Amino acid sequence: MKTRRLDNYGKINRDKILSFRWDKKNYKGFEGDTLASALLANNIGIVGRSFKYHRPRGIFSSGVEESGALVTIGSKDRRDPNVRATTQELYNGLEASGQNAFPNVNFDLAGINNYLGRFFAAGFYYKTFMGIPPFEWGRGTAIWMFFEKFIRKAAGMGSASELPDPDSYEHAHDFCDLIVVGSGPAGVAAAIEAAEKKLDVILVEQDSLVGGDQLAENNFDNSRIKNQLENLGIKIMTRTTAFGLYDNCVVGLLERVTDHISAPNVNIPRQRFWTIRAKHIIVGAGAIERHIAFNNNDIPGVMTVNASKHYLNRYGVLTGKRIAIATNNDSVYETAQQLSEAGANVTVLDSRTNLEIETNKSFEIRKGYVPYNINGSKKIHSLDVSKSEDINKSETINCDQVLLSGGWSPAVHLLSHRGVRPKWDYSNACFLPSDSKENITMVGSSRGLWNKNDCIASGIAGTTDALNRLGISKTNYFFPKPGGWKNPIQPLYEVKYKKSRSKSFVDYQHDVTTDDVRLAHREGFISVEHLKRYTTLGMANDQGKMGNIIGLSLMAELLNKEIPEVGTTVFRPPYTPVSIGALSGRNVGKHFRPLRVTPMHQWNIDHGAKMIEVGLYQRPWYYPKENETLSDSYIREASTVRKTVGICDITSLGKIAIQGPDSSEFLNRIYSNGFSKLQVGKARYGIMLRDDGIVMDDGTSWRLAENEYFMTTSTGEAAKVMSWLEELLQTRWTNLNVNVTSVSEQWAGVSIAGPKSREVLNNCVDDSLVVTNNNLPFMGVTSTFLKGNIPCRIARISFSGELAFEVYVKSDFANTMMDLLWENAKKYDGCLYGLEALGALRVEKGHVTAAELDGRVTIDDAGLSKMASTKKSYIGSAMRKRGVLKNNDREILVGFFPTNLKETFNAGTIVCEKNNIKGQGIGRITSVTYSPELGHWIGLGFVKGGLDKWKDTNLVGADPVRNKQMNLKVVSPHMIDPNGERMYA
Amino acid sequence: MIRINCPYCGERDHSEFSYGGDATINYPSLDASEKEWTEAIFFRKNIKGFQFETWHHSNGCRMWLVVERSTVTHEIKSVKPCHPNLQKVVENNK
Ligand SMILES: [Zn+2]
Repeated sequence: MKTRRLDNYGKINRDKILSFRWDKKNYKGFEGDTLASALLANNIGIVGRSFKYHRPRGIFSSGVEESGALVTIGSKDRRDPNVRATTQELYNGLEASGQNAFPNVNFDLAGINNYLGRFFAAGFYYKTFMGIPPFEWGRGTAIWMFFEKFIRKAAGMGSASELPDPDSYEHAHDFCDLIVVGSGPAGVAAAIEAAEKKLDVILVEQDSLVGGDQLAENNFDNSRIKNQLENLGIKIMTRTTAFGLYDNCVVGLLERVTDHISAPNVNIPRQRFWTIRAKHIIVGAGAIERHIAFNNNDIPGVMTVNASKHYLNRYGVLTGKRIAIATNNDSVYETAQQLSEAGANVTVLDSRTNLEIETNKSFEIRKGYVPYNINGSKKIHSLDVSKSEDINKSETINCDQVLLSGGWSPAVHLLSHRGVRPKWDYSNACFLPSDSKENITMVGSSRGLWNKNDCIASGIAGTTDALNRLGISKTNYFFPKPGGWKNPIQPLYEVKYKKSRSKSFVDYQHDVTTDDVRLAHREGFISVEHLKRYTTLGMANDQGKMGNIIGLSLMAELLNKEIPEVGTTVFRPPYTPVSIGALSGRNVGKHFRPLRVTPMHQWNIDHGAKMIEVGLYQRPWYYPKENETLSDSYIREASTVRKTVGICDITSLGKIAIQGPDSSEFLNRIYSNGFSKLQVGKARYGIMLRDDGIVMDDGTSWRLAENEYFMTTSTGEAAKVMSWLEELLQTRWTNLNVNVTSVSEQWAGVSIAGPKSREVLNNCVDDSLVVTNNNLPFMGVTSTFLKGNIPCRIARISFSGELAFEVYVKSDFANTMMDLLWENAKKYDGCLYGLEALGALRVEKGHVTAAELDGRVTIDDAGLSKMASTKKSYIGSAMRKRGVLKNNDREILVGFFPTNLKETFNAGTIVCEKNNIKGQGIGRITSVTYSPELGHWIGLGFVKGGLDKWKDTNLVGADPVRNKQMNLKVVSPHMIDPNGERMYA
Repeated sequence: MIRINCPYCGERDHSEFSYGGDATINYPSLDASEKEWTEAIFFRKNIKGFQFETWHHSNGCRMWLVVERSTVTHEIKSVKPCHPNLQKVVENNK
C-alpha cells in the first residue's frame, strides 16, 4: 500500500518505528504520531461508522473536537471505547479498532440504516415513548421496553470492558498563584510575563508538546520554548487537560500519565485527577475551526483546513492529492499554499466575491464559489460547486479531499463553566468571551484574536490584569481588538441544495442533519436547550465543538432571528471526557471508604471472631466454635449470657467528655428525661430529640464528678451527636460554660453481662469491694483499677436485661483488659459474644436501636413516654406535642410472635390485617431474632395503634420480597423479664 | 469548589466543612410555644443573593462559623465564629 508520508515534512522521529494493529491488521508508524496521523499515513480513510445511519466516517480534525474518528483502544480488561484517534498518541503494540460496525467499518451490514433515515430522524427516542404513529400503538413504556434492547444495541458507540479495571488512578492537589491553560503563543507569553514578575505559575497543555497551534507550523521549534519556560521555574504539565473551572479559582485537571506508553510501570497511575487551587486563571484555550453543512459533507476525506496543516507539518502526512478547500475566511490561504508546495493540486473556493489575497499563485482561487454536494460514498470522487448566489448552476471538481473552514469558534467552554455567557460578535461570526468578575482572564484566539502577535500581546495583558487583580501592580494594559484578518469573514453555515435528498450534517457525532434541526423547529423545539435534547445536537464526546454554531445559525434563520437572540447552550464540565477511574482515584475496593477497627480488633480475631461491618466499623459478629453456623453460634452465645456470663466489645459506641460548671444544666436541656438531679457516681439512660420532636439518639451519661460527665452515644449517630452538642454550645447557648470533647478513640469498652458477671468482674478489679451490689447498685458508676494497676471506669448498665456492667479502659490497655476478663469468664463457662447475640438479647428485652429509631419515630412511638419529662422543657419538648405526632393511628412499638411458633420471619416484613393484605399494611417488623430464652422466633416493630388495639387479633406478615407470608400476633415488646428482676439482682 | 477562610485554620476546601443552616434564626426558648418553634425550624426564606449561614469546620478546628455567602455566585463576603467569645478572640488577634 502506498504511504502518504512525505520525506521532508513533520517532526516525527523516523528513527523510532512503532508497530500497531488496526482492525486486526498490522501497520507501522513513527514516534510522535497520533493514531490518526498513522492511519492517514497508511492511507486508511474509513475509521468508523456513524451513530444512527452507519455511514462510513473518516478523520475530521487533528484534536479534541474530533467527532468522526472515535475508536476503541486496547483489549480485554483495558478495552477503552470512544477514544479520539486524533489525540491518542501512537505507541508500540497499540491495538485499535473501529466502532459501531459489523463485521467491520469497511463493510457494515447496518449501513442499511442510511436508507431508513425517516425512522431515525430527530426525536426518534421521544416518539418511541409516545407510541408508534398513526395510532400511537403501544403508547407508554411498553413499546419503549420492547424497542430498548434493539435501540441500545444499534446505537452503541463501542463497548467498555466489563472486567475490573487493572489500572490505578490517583488524586493529586496543588496550589499556585497563576494557572495558565494552553501553551499557544498567548499562554506562553502570559506564563513568561508572570514568572518574570515572580508569580508561582503552572502551565497546562493537553497535547504532549507545548506550542499549541504553532505545532502546525513548518519551522516551529517547541523545545526552545519549553527550555525557556523551565528555566523560569514554570511548572509545565503536558498531556493534561483543564476539564473544568470551579468556584474560588479551583481548576480540575486530568493528567494522562501512561496512556501513551506501551508497557507502563505498574506502580505508576494511569491517570491523575488534579485539584489546583490558584489565585488567578488565564485561559488561552485556542479556537476551533468549524465545518460547513452541505450534502454529503461527511464522506471520508472531509477535514478541517487546519487539521490538514497539522498533518502536513507536524506528522509529515499529505492528506490528499487533489484538494478542494471551501472557506469563508482568510485563515486557509497559508495552508493552501503549503499543501500545494508539498505537491497537492489545490483549489480554494471562497464564498466571498470581493477579497484581496496575496499568494504565490501555486493554486487556484475561485471567488464567490461554494460547495454544495460531495460525490462518493466510502471516499470522495468529486465535489459539486456553484456560484454562491445561484446554487443550481453547477460544475464539478474532481478531487480526493475536501477541506472546510466555516470560521473559528473561540474555546469559551471553561469560562462558560463559571456561568459567564459569551456574546456574539457579528464581524467575526463567533461567540466571544465576556469579562468575568472572578479572577479569570481569557487570552489569545480564545478571545477571538487571529494573529500571533495579537495573541502574544494579549498574553502579556492577561498577566498584567492578573497582577492588578491580585493587588501586586496597578499597571494600565489593553487587549488587542478581536479579529485580525485582512478581509472580513462572510457568515456561511449551510449551503442549501433543494433538489437533493442527501444528508447534510450539522453534528457528525450523533448524525444530526440540517433536516433534523428543521424538524425540531416544525415540532416546536425552538429553544436552544430543547433543540439540543430533541436532536442530540452538541451531545456526547465532542459536546458540539464543531457543530453547535451551525445548528444555532439554522435555528436563527428558521425563527427569523439573529444568532444571539437564539442563544447558546451552556457548556458544562468536563471540557473533554474524564474516565470514571480518575474520578474515583484510589477510593476503590477496600479503600472505597475508611475502615475503623477497635483497639481489641486483633484480639477478637485471634479469639475466633467473625467480623461484620457496622458503618465504618469492623465489629465482632459471632464467635463460632468448630463447625458452628452463624445461628448455632449466636444462639449459644445468647444462651450463655443468660445462663452464666458473656463478654462483648462495645468500643464502637460514641464517647463524649462533657466538662464545666454548666454541664448538668446542658444535659438537662438536651435529654428528654431529667438529668439535673443525677448524683455523682450514677449513670442514666437518656433520649435526645431533634428540634422537631423526633428521636435523634439514645445513650447514657455518667456523672463522674460535680462538673464532669462521660456520655455514650449509639455507634451510628456518634459523629452527629458530637456536632449537635457543639452547635448548641457555640450557636444557641453561648452563655453556658461547658466543654465537649470526643473521646471515642481514647477509651476501649466492653460489656460483661449475665448472672455471673459480678463474680467475673470481682476477680478482675484490684479492690473487690467496689462492685458489690451496695457499692455499685443498678446504674452506679465507679472509677477504679483493674488488676495490674489499670485505671478503668465501670458502670452497671444493662441492655440485655441481665445483670451487666460496662467497663472502659484507656485504648492502650484494651488487650490486657480482654485477657484478664476472658481468663476469669472462662472459669464460669462464659463466652465471647458478638453483635448477632447482642441483637438477640436486646430484642428479647425490647430495647430499641437504630433499626427502630430511624428518624421517623417519636418517643411515644418507641414506647418510651415515661422518658419524656413533664417537669422541664428540653429540645423537642414543644414540637413532640404537635398534632401529627399525636395522631392515634401512629405506628407504636410492639413485639411480634409467629402464630405458629415453628415459623420464622424477616426484618422488613409488612404487617397487614388478615383480609386486607396490600400496600403498606398497618405496620412493619424492624428487627427479628431467634429467642433462645423463648425457644422460637420473635420480632420488634411497629403497628398502627400499638398493642392495645391488636392484642388478640390474628395478623398477617407479608414479605413479598422473599415471597413469604405468615400469621402473626402482637405482644408486648418486653418479651422476657418485663419487671427487671434479673437486671436489679 | 467553595473555599472557606476559617478564622482559625485559614482558607480550606468546603469538603472540610459541614453545612449547618440559616444563621439568622433566633431559636425560641425551650418553653416557647409550638407555634414559635414551628416558625423557627420549618419556615425559611429562599434568598437570592447574600445570606448568613452556619458551617461547621468538622474536619478542622470544629468551630461553628457564620458565613456570608452569595447563593448566586458562591462569593463569600465574611466568615466569623458563631460564638461571641470566639469572635472577640479572633478580633483581638487580627
Ligand atoms: Zn477551622
